[in-house]
Amino acid sequence: MSASSVTADSAGATGTDRGGKHKGPKSSIWARFDHVVVPYILVSPFFILFIAFGIFPIVYSALVSFQTYRAEQPVYPSGNSVNLYTERWVGLENYQRVLTNWDFTQALLNTLGLFIVSAIPQLFFALVLASLLNRRLRAQSLFRIGILIPYITPIVASTLVFTTFFSEQYGQANWVLGLFGVEHTSGVGAAAQEYPGIDWRAERWSAWLALVIMINWKWTGYNALLYLAAMQSIPKDVYEAAALDGAGAWRQLWSITVPMIRPMVIFTVVLSTIGSLQLFAEPVLFDEDPSSGEGGGLRHLWRTVAQLIWYTGWGDPNDFGLAGAMSWLLFVVVVALAAFNAFISNKIGGRK
Amino acid sequence: MTATAEKAPQAQPEPPKKQKAALLGRSPQDTPAGWFNYLLLSIVLFLGAWPIYWAGIMSTWKDDKIYQAGAPQVTPGPFFKFNWDIMTVNIREPGYPPYDNVRFVQSFVNSLIVVAVVVAATLFFCSLAGFAFAKLRFRGRDPLFYFVVLTLTIPAQLGIVGAYQIMDTLGWVDTLLAVTVPALVSAFGVFYMRQFIEDAIPDEIIESARVDGASTFRVFWEIVVPTVRPALGVLGLITAVNAWNEYQWALIAVGGSDAQTIGPALHNLRVGNTPKNSIVLTGSFLASLPLIVLLAVAGRQIVRGIMEGAVKA
Repeated sequence: MSASSVTADSAGATGTDRGGKHKGPKSSIWARFDHVVVPYILVSPFFILFIAFGIFPIVYSALVSFQTYRAEQPVYPSGNSVNLYTERWVGLENYQRVLTNWDFTQALLNTLGLFIVSAIPQLFFALVLASLLNRRLRAQSLFRIGILIPYITPIVASTLVFTTFFSEQYGQANWVLGLFGVEHTSGVGAAAQEYPGIDWRAERWSAWLALVIMINWKWTGYNALLYLAAMQSIPKDVYEAAALDGAGAWRQLWSITVPMIRPMVIFTVVLSTIGSLQLFAEPVLFDEDPSSGEGGGLRHLWRTVAQLIWYTGWGDPNDFGLAGAMSWLLFVVVVALAAFNAFISNKIGGRK
Repeated sequence: MTATAEKAPQAQPEPPKKQKAALLGRSPQDTPAGWFNYLLLSIVLFLGAWPIYWAGIMSTWKDDKIYQAGAPQVTPGPFFKFNWDIMTVNIREPGYPPYDNVRFVQSFVNSLIVVAVVVAATLFFCSLAGFAFAKLRFRGRDPLFYFVVLTLTIPAQLGIVGAYQIMDTLGWVDTLLAVTVPALVSAFGVFYMRQFIEDAIPDEIIESARVDGASTFRVFWEIVVPTVRPALGVLGLITAVNAWNEYQWALIAVGGSDAQTIGPALHNLRVGNTPKNSIVLTGSFLASLPLIVLLAVAGRQIVRGIMEGAVKA
């Protein structure tokens, strides 16, 4: 349009803030308002909502964590029962209770453990999958869209399907294991019977393995797309130089592609750290018996922090003070992990 | 015109400089995929699609097919209507727990409402803010934008206790407001729109509109909105997927109520200590359908959104 002719003009006049001056004196107050105030109006919805529903809740959780905040239901002599919140400042008592109790420590170890055993294979497989996609492919779109099916499937839906896959007696996972001759005994005494596969929920390693499969089923394709995006922005002549030295496809991936997309790898590590610390749906729904209460199966083998906070606040204990203290301790861990991440990234980045 | 001319040099990959080396050292993108490549990708595709396909099959059978010994059932059966009727409490059958608290249809509709409102608001607010951060000058712009990016790394988990208390005080627990209002804007949306607008609209166009006397809002409506329409589509799709799949917060804030959304509805399909999984899977399959359809229709845009959003980060 006419834009090009004016372009030269205004480029000479340097800078956006000069714009107002062209309008003449009659609109100068409006022009000032438009330049000085309107930008803040445009960005304000985000900040208002984030302060109200992002920051304030975190601060408020801190206040709650210094109180006993138990919902109690006293029954009066008349037989009426009334919901009553008793709030009382108790200082650090909640923190003391959380830290001296094995439940939180165990949940934290479960969360961190599940993060490590799921993130490493997940990012590895995502890299491999991305390099499979990073070829001249027929039906390219079909493959790229197809690997997103797990990502768009509602997490509750897919987890409930996997919960039946890992069912003890005739789940599909056990059918596959049965093909390889793996069997286990279920039932006591005369009722004992041989079934294919294993009892997934009986041991920590098998329960964790099942959860890792669910988590990685969901996120590998998504991460692969992120890697693919980064891989496609690598200049092509890098590979030309490398191939002259005789690098094969596998070596090409690890010694050229991966170092070139290191920022993206760091980005996905951060993403999966954040995601893992909030791991909730999979461990909650992995219980075959939803009424089993405290969660995480026998001995809470796979109960995560998010699940414990949920149970403490909204489950039987109904103790928001304790749940708030747990949230804040989790926050400390998040900050520590973020600092550690930044430190490692700097170190890796700096060495280059 | 100017916009495309500006963008072209960035978007276009550099042409290979050494043509003679191309045969030896083709970049992976230029290397045709071998059959093994296709085989592996097909296996991945199958594994990704199988759970939902199988849930669809199971929505047409009773529980005995879920737990049959031997190979899984792969063809549909006659019981879809039966499962649907039990799930939605049109009929009651001995051996099935009551599903009165699930209100599947209502939860489904609630989720549709939440998604519509959240997507509309997110597109509007995020493109406004993204425009301001990309093209306007104001004091504190850069620190404020870094703050937006920083909030991307704060897990929602941290404030969940406080958020519930606040909702309780406001009287929003068990209403759609509790799951709608906090989601009206997103840090990712602001970030994504800012990156897109920065690249897509040259400063000169905005500048010249300014010179002609256009206000900030007019610049937004007449220049920014038409240009960023593809990005709005992408952001809308990703926002819709996230809003539809909300689980933990929805479970706490509206679970079991009239304002229940689809996530907690599925959670509550597991009644008693030995849930009827044919019913659970019927619900799971139906809850996945809208997004499967969305992926089939708009898959390219979703893929593009994820890939673009990532590279610009």
